[in-house]
Amino acid sequence: MANMAQAIRMALHFAEENYNVTDIFGQDVGAPLGGVFTATQGLKTTWNTPLDERGIVSAAIGLGLAGDRCVAEIQFCDYIFNTIDLLKMAGNTHWKTSGKYNLPITLMTPVGAGIRGSVYHSHSFDGWATRIPGWKVVMPSNPIDAYGLLLSAIDDPNPVMFLKPKALLRVKGEELIPGEPGDEKSLKAAIDAPLGDRSKWKPKWPKIKEHKITIGKAKVVNEGSDLTIVSYGRTLPICHKIAKNSEHSIEVIDLRSLYPYDWETIYNSVLKTKRVMFVNEETEVTNFAEHLSYRVTNSDLFYHIHAAPKVVAGKNVPGIGLHPNLEEATVPYEGEIKNEIERILEIIP
Amino acid sequence: MEKSSNTRKKSSAKAVAGAAIRNKKAVSKKSKPVGSDKFGGLSFSLLRNMHDLMVKSRVLEERLIKIYKTGDAFFWIGAPGEEAFGVPLGMLAKKGQGPLNDYLHLHYRGTPVLVAMGMDPKDSIRLIMNRKTDPSTGGRNFSNHYCFPEWNVTPVCSPIEVQYGFAVGTGLSQKRHGGEGISIITGGDAGTAEGDFASCLIWASRPANPLPLLITVQNNGWGISTSYDGQHGEEKISDRGKAYGIKSLTINGNDPVESYVKLKESMAYIRKERKPVLMEAYVSRLYGHSSASGANLDTKQPDPLKDFEKRLLKADIIKKKDVEELYKSEEAKCMKIFREVQKELPPEASSIWDFTYVNNENADWRNF
Ligand SMILES: Cc1ncc(C[n+]2csc(CCOP(=O)(O)OP(=O)(O)O)c2C)c(N)n1
Ligand SMILES: [Mg+2]
Repeated sequence: MANMAQAIRMALHFAEENYNVTDIFGQDVGAPLGGVFTATQGLKTTWNTPLDERGIVSAAIGLGLAGDRCVAEIQFCDYIFNTIDLLKMAGNTHWKTSGKYNLPITLMTPVGAGIRGSVYHSHSFDGWATRIPGWKVVMPSNPIDAYGLLLSAIDDPNPVMFLKPKALLRVKGEELIPGEPGDEKSLKAAIDAPLGDRSKWKPKWPKIKEHKITIGKAKVVNEGSDLTIVSYGRTLPICHKIAKNSEHSIEVIDLRSLYPYDWETIYNSVLKTKRVMFVNEETEVTNFAEHLSYRVTNSDLFYHIHAAPKVVAGKNVPGIGLHPNLEEATVPYEGEIKNEIERILEIIP
Repeated sequence: MEKSSNTRKKSSAKAVAGAAIRNKKAVSKKSKPVGSDKFGGLSFSLLRNMHDLMVKSRVLEERLIKIYKTGDAFFWIGAPGEEAFGVPLGMLAKKGQGPLNDYLHLHYRGTPVLVAMGMDPKDSIRLIMNRKTDPSTGGRNFSNHYCFPEWNVTPVCSPIEVQYGFAVGTGLSQKRHGGEGISIITGGDAGTAEGDFASCLIWASRPANPLPLLITVQNNGWGISTSYDGQHGEEKISDRGKAYGIKSLTINGNDPVESYVKLKESMAYIRKERKPVLMEAYVSRLYGHSSASGANLDTKQPDPLKDFEKRLLKADIIKKKDVEELYKSEEAKCMKIFREVQKELPPEASSIWDFTYVNNENADWRNF
C-alpha cells in the first residue's frame, strides 16, 4: 500500500493531468529533492522557490487572481506564521470583492509533532487555520483520505489548506487508491526517486483514477455506544487503536474536514453515546475543539449528554521540547488519552 | 534625534525629492521635463487628452473629499497629486481581462489610473459611499479600494505592500502564457520597507524565470506623518533594483510628459524582454495622507495638474476658457452623480455571509 507521501504525490500527478494544475511550488519542492518529505517527487509542474514564505503565499494568491490552479507548500507549518495576514487576504478576497475574484488555490503544509521535531518542527496549525474565514481546511489521517481530500482541495474554487500530519507521511494505508498497483515494491520502483543521481529519472505513474472525498464529510472509523471520540490527523490513528482494543464501546470519528465540518455526524454520534471527547494536538487554549465542544453544550445535545465534553489537546506551553519525556507530556499520547477515556466514562450523571 | 545623528542620510536626502517641498526643487533643478517645451514629442491631442483625464481625476477626488467632509462617507483616501503619474500609466496599460492584458495591482491611490482607463466616476462614488451598487466591493471596503476584474484590476488591499507579492503570481501566469501582457504594481515609498517589496525584487529577477513586472513606487516623501529622510539609508529607492540586475530608474512623476515617455519606454521593454523594471516616481501628496489627517489642501506642494496646465496654456495647446469650462462641467457631473448615488441602496445586514465561499456555498457553522 502507498504511504501518505506517495498518495499525495499521486494526487498531485492526477491533478496535473486532469485539473489543469499549473504550478506546484515551494522550498525544495522541485527536482532534485521533490520535497523534504518526498511528497512532490517526479511531478511535471514543480519548481523551487526562494526561501521566502511570504513570497510563496503571495505568488499563490497572484496565480489564483490570474485564475490558475496551483498548489503551494510551506515546508513546515512552523514557518507559516509570518504569512498569516496573507492567508487572511486569501480568505477575504472573494468576500471583499463581493464575488468578483475567487482563488482556486491549495496550500499544503506539514503539521504536528511525533517525529522528535523539537521546538520548530512540531507546531500545529489547525487552530489557527480554522480562524481564517474564507478558507476550507482539511487534514487526512491516512493515505487514501490524503489522496481524496487533496483532489477535492485542488478542484475547489476556494482557497483550501491541506494540513499534512508529518508523523503519518511514511505510514502505509490499509486501502488501495483506485488504480494503485497492489504490490508495494512495484509502486515504489515506479514513483519513488532513486538515491543518488536523479537527473535522468522519470516516474512511471500508475493509471490512478479520480477518487474525491467531499470536503465537509467526516467518517466514522469505529462504531461504538459508550463514548464518541472526534479527532483528526496524527491523533486519529492513536484514538482508533485505543478504541479497537478497549473494553468499552467507543465510536471514533475522523473529522477529516475542519472547516466546513460535519456537524451531523458528530451530532448523531453524541446523541447515541451521550459522551464526547475531542482529541487533537494543537495547544489547548482557544483550540478548535473548544468550538466543537461549545457547540455540543449549546445545542439540544446538552439535555442528553451524561458528562461535560472533554478536550484533550496540546498543553498551552510555548513549544514542544525535544526529549521524548517533554514531547509526550505536551501533546496527547496514548496513555493520556486512555486515562481521559476512563475519567469521562466514570462520570455518573 | 535619529535624523541629525546620521550624516549619510542627510547627503542622500539631498539627492531625492523626499518631502514634497524638496520635490519642487527636483522638478525644477534635477529632472527637467523631457523635451521641455517640446513636450517629449507627444502630440497635442495626446497632451490635451492627458490634461483632460487629470482634471477628471482631480475633480472626482475633490468630490470624494467633500463627500467625506459632509458626513456622507466614513473615510477618504485617494490620489490628488499623483495624476501626472497615474494618468499616463492608465493610458498606457493594456486594458482587458486575462493574461494577454496587463494586470494592475494598485494601492489606495489608483483613481487617476482608473479614470484614464475609463472608469465610470459613479463607481468611485459608490465605493466611498459604501453602496450595494459599488461594483468593486459591494459596500464592504474603503474609498479607492478598487477592483475591476474585467480590466485585470485586482482588489486593492489595505495592508501595505502585499500587492508587490501578488504581482509575482500574475506575472508568472503571463510569462507562461506568452504574449505581451505585463503586471503593473503601484505603491508608496514608506511601504518599500516591508519585506514584500524585497520579495518582489527577488522573485521578479530569479535567473530561473525573470518576470514581466512593472514595479513602481510613488515617492511622496511621507508615510502618514513619518518623513522619508529619517527612514531610508538608500539614496534612491530605485537603487535597490540594481542589486538584482533589474532595470531601474527614478523619474519626476509630477511631470506627465516625463511619466508618459518613461512609462512607454519601460513598458515596451518589459513587453518584449519579459523582464522587470523598477520605476520610482516623485509625486505630491496634495491633501495629506487621508481623511484621518484632515484631507486639507497642502499649498506648499507642487501641484502637477496646475503646473502642466500652465505649460499647456503657455504653449497655446489648451485655452483658458475651455479649461474653466472643463472644471465646471466635471464638477457638475460629479455633484449630479453624488446626488444619484445618495439614493442608491446600502448593502443589507443579512448579506454578511455572502461570498464567503464561491457560489455562496454555506460558510456559517450554525448551518453545518
Ligand atoms: C502593513 C500595514 N502597516 C501599516 C498600515 C497603516 N498605514 C496605512 S498607509 C501607511 C503609510 C504608507 O506610506 P507610503 O507607503 O509611503 O504610501 P503613501 O500613503 O505615502 O502613498 C501606513 C503606515 C497599513 N495599512 N498596512
Ligand atoms: Mg509615501
